[in-house]
Amino acid sequence: MPAGEAVRAVRDGDTVLVGGFGMAGMPVELIDALIEHGAGDLTIVSNNAGNGDTGLAALLAAGRVRKVVCSFPRQSDSWVFDGLYRAGKIELEVVPQGNLAERMRAAGAGIGAFYSPTAVGTPLAEGKEVRVIDGREYLLEYPIRGDVALIKAHLADRMGNLVYRKTARNFGPVMATAAAVTIAQVSRVVEVGELDPEAVVTPAIYVNRVVVP
Amino acid sequence: MAEVVARDIPDGAYVNLGIGQPTMVASYLRPGSGVVLHTENGMLNMGPLATGDEIDPDLTNAGKQPVTELPGASYFHHADSFAMMRGGHLDVCIMGAFQVSATGDLANWSTGAPDAIPAVGGAMDLAIGAKQVFVMMTLFAKDGKPKLVPSCTYPLTGRACVSRVYTDVATFALSPDGVRVVETFGTTAGELAARLDVPLS
Repeated sequence: MPAGEAVRAVRDGDTVLVGGFGMAGMPVELIDALIEHGAGDLTIVSNNAGNGDTGLAALLAAGRVRKVVCSFPRQSDSWVFDGLYRAGKIELEVVPQGNLAERMRAAGAGIGAFYSPTAVGTPLAEGKEVRVIDGREYLLEYPIRGDVALIKAHLADRMGNLVYRKTARNFGPVMATAAAVTIAQVSRVVEVGELDPEAVVTPAIYVNRVVVP
Repeated sequence: MAEVVARDIPDGAYVNLGIGQPTMVASYLRPGSGVVLHTENGMLNMGPLATGDEIDPDLTNAGKQPVTELPGASYFHHADSFAMMRGGHLDVCIMGAFQVSATGDLANWSTGAPDAIPAVGGAMDLAIGAKQVFVMMTLFAKDGKPKLVPSCTYPLTGRACVSRVYTDVATFALSPDGVRVVETFGTTAGELAARLDVPLS
């Protein structure tokens, strides 16, 4: 499916999960198509808040993002986000990286909420319910659901089963489970039966659209 | 400092090296030690930094630098990677710090400055997850203030999680019994005691 057609699933005000750790696994062509598509007022959930001037950084620069939920916005090459944040033009919710992943995992797995030991006693615990379990403190964490997930994988078959490549896998498999519509950008689509079922990382049930840029 | 840290990593340990200075520890691991490096972005048995033709944009470390894979490497997604930490499967993590308290509180993600953009990454998950948290830092800040303190003034990353502090002038072991000087480099425990507000043994 062409990228432009696939990203029509994104509507104004949506929460969009965007894969990638830095540029590894970032679905740049899907993001470019989203910029072209024009949906705005978006909440973006991603590990970072854009690097350089492409991908997520370009979406931010186009003024389409109201809020970023991420673990690590500040980097040597995050000038687009930095500028918007300092100008008060974008909201930021910082979530520890493991909680970010687990909150999406919970959304995809139908878990109502969970207790995590991460961030206990820190400023990021503010406003969260504390529960002592077996003598240790935990914080109540709620799922993060996406309206749409944009991820990058290596190969897909025609059913939408996905395999990834090296550390570009990162958030892809978790985000694929956590969104109402998952769109995967892949380098190649193979015939059904060509992927080793033992090697499939994201089963097709989680994948709605596949794009080969 | 990296050499001293490397010496204290048990053979066969699963270890996470934080961004920056801790990555240098890898160079001092004894060949054949069987230490397996974990990177939070989803890999075990990470190899050294990639150079030349080895560089692959799909294979990076937590600092987004291109790295290599060693035989026996494995890849996994982010929820699994952090389950390894939180679940207590990682033996050691090594991080930098702005401050460490005598009771092992760690502050290494934010100076709390009003104009700072907060960014925590995986530091809070690592701090509470790894069985042992080692910190590498200079003992004194540029303004001369000690970074090993009675109580952290910077925002915390984790509570009572640091077990060892490796600095340019001394190594400290932290436990519920207090702070013990393990080794000094070019100074004495007495001189350090005079410069720190923390009781030393």
